[in-house]
Amino acid sequence: MEKVINLNMPSSSDGMSRIDGRLKVTGAAKYSAEYTVEGLTYGVLVGSTITNGTITSMDTKAAEHAPGVLAVVTHLNAPKVPGFQPDPSKPAPKKGPLKIFDDNKIVYNGQPIALVIADTYERALYGASLVKAQYNKEPHQTSLQESIGKGYPPHGDGLYKRGTEDAWKLAPFKVEQEYIVSTNTHNPMELHAIIARWDADDKLTVWDKTQGVKATQNDVARLFKIPVHNVQVNSKFVGGAFGSALRTWPHEVAAIVGAKVVKRPVKLVLSRADMFTSVGYRPYTWQKIAIGATADGKLTGITHEAYGQTSAYENFTEGTVRVSLNTYACPNVNTKYNLVSLNVGTPTWMRGPGEATGAFALESALDELSYDLKLDPIELRLRNYAEVDPESGKPYSSKFLNEAYQMGADHIGWKERKQEPGAVKKDGWFVGYGMGGGMFGAYRDGATVKATMMTDGRLILQTAVSDIGPGTGTAMVLIAAEKMGIPADKITFENGESDLPDAPMQGGSGTTSSVGSAVHDACAELKQKFQKLIGNGDTDNPDYVQVLKQHNLPLLEVTTKSNGGDERKNYSMNSWSVHFVRVLVNAATGVVKIDKVASVADSGHIVSPKTARSQVVGGAIGGIGMALMEESIIDHRYGRYINNNFADYHVPVNADIPQIDALFVNKPDPYINPMGAKGMAEIALIGMAAAVANAVYNASGKRVRELPITPDKVMA
Amino acid sequence: MEKEESFHGPDIEPDVEDSSRRNFLKQSSLLTAVALTPVTALKAAEMRVDDKVASVFEKLPLKMEVNGKQQNLSVEPRSTLLDILREQLDLTGTKKGCDHGQCGACTVHVDGKRINSCLTLGIMMNGKKITTIEGLAKGDQLHPMQEAFIKHDGFQCGYCTPGQIMSAVACIREGHAGSEQEIREYMSGNICRCGAYPNIVNAILEVKDGGQTV
Repeated sequence: MEKVINLNMPSSSDGMSRIDGRLKVTGAAKYSAEYTVEGLTYGVLVGSTITNGTITSMDTKAAEHAPGVLAVVTHLNAPKVPGFQPDPSKPAPKKGPLKIFDDNKIVYNGQPIALVIADTYERALYGASLVKAQYNKEPHQTSLQESIGKGYPPHGDGLYKRGTEDAWKLAPFKVEQEYIVSTNTHNPMELHAIIARWDADDKLTVWDKTQGVKATQNDVARLFKIPVHNVQVNSKFVGGAFGSALRTWPHEVAAIVGAKVVKRPVKLVLSRADMFTSVGYRPYTWQKIAIGATADGKLTGITHEAYGQTSAYENFTEGTVRVSLNTYACPNVNTKYNLVSLNVGTPTWMRGPGEATGAFALESALDELSYDLKLDPIELRLRNYAEVDPESGKPYSSKFLNEAYQMGADHIGWKERKQEPGAVKKDGWFVGYGMGGGMFGAYRDGATVKATMMTDGRLILQTAVSDIGPGTGTAMVLIAAEKMGIPADKITFENGESDLPDAPMQGGSGTTSSVGSAVHDACAELKQKFQKLIGNGDTDNPDYVQVLKQHNLPLLEVTTKSNGGDERKNYSMNSWSVHFVRVLVNAATGVVKIDKVASVADSGHIVSPKTARSQVVGGAIGGIGMALMEESIIDHRYGRYINNNFADYHVPVNADIPQIDALFVNKPDPYINPMGAKGMAEIALIGMAAAVANAVYNASGKRVRELPITPDKVMA
Repeated sequence: MEKEESFHGPDIEPDVEDSSRRNFLKQSSLLTAVALTPVTALKAAEMRVDDKVASVFEKLPLKMEVNGKQQNLSVEPRSTLLDILREQLDLTGTKKGCDHGQCGACTVHVDGKRINSCLTLGIMMNGKKITTIEGLAKGDQLHPMQEAFIKHDGFQCGYCTPGQIMSAVACIREGHAGSEQEIREYMSGNICRCGAYPNIVNAILEVKDGGQTV
């Protein structure tokens, strides 16, 4: 008899353990840099020391002569990447991905200018230290604040309006404030890494850290103009990514080019410093938000503008201001979204991408408004609770956020909260409570799964999807176990290789919905196939082994593509979260301690309780990092990151984190997919930074509008 | 226009005017002893003879016991224990997360004590007993800490996990697992970016309270 799991605060031991747990605790799980490949060589990148300009000459002789060095690849000698070359039949695009080693232009500090390849890592690293470049240095700009006047809308006019523009101005109660989210760097624990091996002139195998092996396969095939099926991409274990492996980066191209040059496989592992410049980040964003409300707390208008930084060569956009369009019922909303082009690498989606940035502003401003109105912050939100999507007017496929508010408030002990800031002080620490909400679209993409039943009773599921840590395989096995009526330990899940059936990127909290649906549908089809064989459609769970034996079959398999229907046309589909935090703020030093956390997810049916809990806990901790410590700092005089390591770029450590209550509404969404499961990864983080900021205000009376909330800002 | 020296990460070399292998040849005692003339030396450099000589020179013998197995190796003095484990012994369970002793992913036991293998040169390990994550289980039987990490889901992506487990075992052995608070403090050298900290603490508490020998 299985233990009934109370999802209204599961413990860390509840639910089925991860299917790959044993591999992970024994060190047997192999990540991209850990494959034994014959004839392997090692590549180390050399970064530019200027921030804008051109390389005028390079001295690579010393490096080339260093022991063990096989090649020094630079723009002067690199074989041309076909996909980088302009297509004469099309107008040259103004912007596009960085073309590594294609020309002598430098557009950000640390931009790779050479790849040194040697027979050992140590020799490559030493060789890299010998590469010298001369530059023609041009003025650079890395500060968004100083360049905000040069902001531009990335597409169209960047404007959105419903109802009356700037209606907040006419309201009796209003808040108008500026908020800043600093640059955050994903910094997964696994350094981005690739092993590239040319198997023939037009055939390539890579072991690569990627959130989507199919996407990487397509990118590489396009760049090197080789057939897609000649590119094999393997990414069976990914040591975290949080968005940093959602696209193909220059270092991946560099390794592939390098392998071509030395005619041997090349392993390239980024350094932790490279991780700040080479694989994206959450962009520094300045926002201004204004909210108007009636005396009884009804929102009358929201005006929200944002300026996010991007690189000089690409426009990176995210849904920063979208939170103001569709989180709360408000008749008048206008937003404006701008980019500022700087001499930095291109940002990329980082967990809860733009929504996390936007929610910091919106949820902080609402909190500020609640104090003006002398209204409980939860009550303010309930008075503006959207029953239908305020942007599209469509009904929600499911929304139980009100229940989530109640659950979270009960668990944190919200009734202990004093409306007056600074009212509670214990042993030199102010005590305060805060809350902040998050929402993120709930998606379902097409995915294909192959399901094979073997005569020993094993069911094998195969699909290309990556598993960067959420426990995708575990969730897929649980879906299949339920559908097939067999124990989970009879099911294996194979993934992360590009020759497996098609699956989308692991991103945007969509995997359980997309791939889970395909697992569900494949199992349904496989079961039907069995039922057809025995000519009895009524047998709910046939004895699969018996049927195979009776029909003298070695196995029975199906490959099923699952797309879903047009549910999305009729419903607005979203996941929701609310985070509650109790903080202690030291009255003498301004140090903020997280004392208690209750994070509640309305993410539909919970497929895998143990891994879902970890997902929510992990997202909450990511949000705490964003709130209190994470900031990638550039010295704008030089345009260079000055804290590009784990000693200076602070992320939460064990001592920063208390026990965290992860709570689930756990009510299935009737429309999104057969499981009723919505996404969880993003909402686990979105809203947390505001919850912390709001708690700091409630505790100390200090409103910090620029993240991270470091002691200097609390004491200022 | 200005000249700038390029650099990579921590390995910034002083700006030696000519730090090619020729310098190495001039400085090396063996070649001083055989008193090569400059012309010969130059020729040798062109032939890349220096590489071959250097590869002999630059390696030292290293004898250490890894997971109960004696290893007789020849390593460069600059090779870290971490890189030797991963690249020469194919013990990739020990992870590289920063190479600066800042993240704990590379934690192994040396004579029973936890250390950051990325901050440890291999040649310092002569005669030492190293235990890596691969050496923690007894055959198929997992170490209680490994079991507890699985049970309490003390990880998501799994990359920091070997280091966390090696640290967790040491944390109990050191007598630093007396309370949740103490565990948090003494496990703070191991970063988990997925945020499994509460689960890690629960796993350690279970092993500690279970009283099993670690």
